[in-house]
Amino acid sequence: MRHGRYPFIIGFLAAPLILYVVFVISPYFQAFYIALTDWRGITATPEYTGFDNFARLFDDEVFWHAVRHHIVLLVAMPLLTIAIALFFSFLLNLGGGSKGGRMTGVTGSTFYRVVFFFPQVLAVAIVGVLFQAIYRPDESGVINGLLGKIGVQPIGWLTNPDLALWSIIAVMVWQAVGFYVVLFSAGMSAIPKDVFEAAALDGAGRFRMFFSITLPLLWDTLQVGWVYLGIAAFDGFALVQVLSVDRGGPDNATTVLPLEIWRNAFNFSKYGYASAMGVALFFMTITFAVLTLRVTRRERIEL
Amino acid sequence: MATPTSAANPAAANKPAGRSAATKPAATTRRGGGGTGVFGTLAHVALIVWAILIIGPVLWTFLASFKTNAQIFGDPLTLPTSFGFDSWVRAWDKAHIGLYMWNTVFVVALSTAGTMLLGSMAAYVLARYEFPGNRVIYFIFVSGLAFPVFLALVPLFFVVRNLGLLGTHGGVILVYIAYSLPFTVFFLTAFFKTLPTSVAEAAAIDGCSHTRTFFQIMMPMAKPGLISITIFNILGQWNQYLLPIVLLPGNVEDKWLITQGIANISVNAGYEADWPGLFAGLSITVVPVMIVYIIFQRQIQSGLTSGAIK
Repeated sequence: MRHGRYPFIIGFLAAPLILYVVFVISPYFQAFYIALTDWRGITATPEYTGFDNFARLFDDEVFWHAVRHHIVLLVAMPLLTIAIALFFSFLLNLGGGSKGGRMTGVTGSTFYRVVFFFPQVLAVAIVGVLFQAIYRPDESGVINGLLGKIGVQPIGWLTNPDLALWSIIAVMVWQAVGFYVVLFSAGMSAIPKDVFEAAALDGAGRFRMFFSITLPLLWDTLQVGWVYLGIAAFDGFALVQVLSVDRGGPDNATTVLPLEIWRNAFNFSKYGYASAMGVALFFMTITFAVLTLRVTRRERIEL
Repeated sequence: MATPTSAANPAAANKPAGRSAATKPAATTRRGGGGTGVFGTLAHVALIVWAILIIGPVLWTFLASFKTNAQIFGDPLTLPTSFGFDSWVRAWDKAHIGLYMWNTVFVVALSTAGTMLLGSMAAYVLARYEFPGNRVIYFIFVSGLAFPVFLALVPLFFVVRNLGLLGTHGGVILVYIAYSLPFTVFFLTAFFKTLPTSVAEAAAIDGCSHTRTFFQIMMPMAKPGLISITIFNILGQWNQYLLPIVLLPGNVEDKWLITQGIANISVNAGYEADWPGLFAGLSITVVPVMIVYIIFQRQIQSGLTSGAIK
């Protein structure tokens, strides 16, 4: 067994490690340095400017718009997605009541699960293009066309600054729900059936079962879901870039930090400034992840 | 059958067997069994509404590809008057959707294969061999999961450019592999640790080399885990949008991938007034994905959620 052990280990690790260090680790470290420079890509060596970029960030109205949007996303998107997904996964797994002493889903559960999950396999950019036609502001838009039938005036889903971000959140929820239905279903199927049987014998109804049994026993899965969705709330790049008016508009009403990073870097060549935004985004994401794991930590319920 | 489900979700595998027979008498306590009554009706209405919300936009896009410009901008609820495929042909040839598709198939095939090969090699060594620095290297790989890719975006662009790989498929493939490694290594290291050691030990006693043990014994044993994570990587890389638009800029339009191609057509559809062409292009990208999804939906669902289920 000893024979040729180290050559083997080095041979297997070298290629992945080199690739990973060159394309992932080194850029991450460089980003922290570039954030402290005024680099615009013209000079060979960037000029060190200390925390100037971060000071400018504090006075940048667009930056604060983006941060506010992330806060809205961070609250609304996980809440809506998890609430809808919990409701559907409860129906699909336990909504059929007990049959022969076993909890079953409503009829057609498999069909619904397959349909609900489908948006998850579509690229976000494709979904963005798809919803351009759905949200069109005149009567040729699918939603406005439907509303027109019942006499409602066309609504500027993406052109009204008060509504645009919510229209985009709706698409995010549309795409995410199916994933969490499958995730929560897996969590529910791991709950021992005799717990439900005992509750049913004690006369617990569906709602009591949901709040007293399913929800507490699903806590770990919910926590994972919350962290996933929270991290997604700090992205939103592809959807906003493709779907929103003027890429983040109207009037910065839907812009997000990743979009501003991309725009500053590749449209304005402000590489130092873009990296400073990246650093800000990194600290927000990390703070969120650590806080969530801290706050939602609970005693595990042992079965 | 060794489906990824049982591998990714051991909890589902140990369902209490034969329980239904033992508890048959409880059948008398069925309350609204089978989802009848007011609750059952409301439940079905909610489920059907959501299903329509999912199918509706996709179906509308598909139908719109057969309409004319005038019909698309008219009443959105009418059906197309004829079913010709000219717009599909236009999207495939003139709008280069065909080219973008092949580019994407080429890039994703190579990058997923590369990710799986390099990822499982690293994971296997990290899971099965004790050596100084093992934990550090594992930590370096997994730490990549905590960083948003947008932080690395600017330096990554220059790393790729300085290597002369900007605007090439090779560059995109290497970057895809590198950014897929953290999750692949994280997942597969955990998976290789669960496999029994006895088979590999027996192989070593028989004089089987480390490399051969890996390719001929461990890889086949790890198949369920490998399938899950392969599906995860194929979908993730196929759907990538940010990396292509950064690494394959406007001057190499013939190298573009499908997501950036579609996004670009949607911008141009307004100028060229070819809306059926846009919806045909969308349909061409969505329909194959839908077919593959319907065939492999069980594997895809468990592959995508496998990361979240420990």
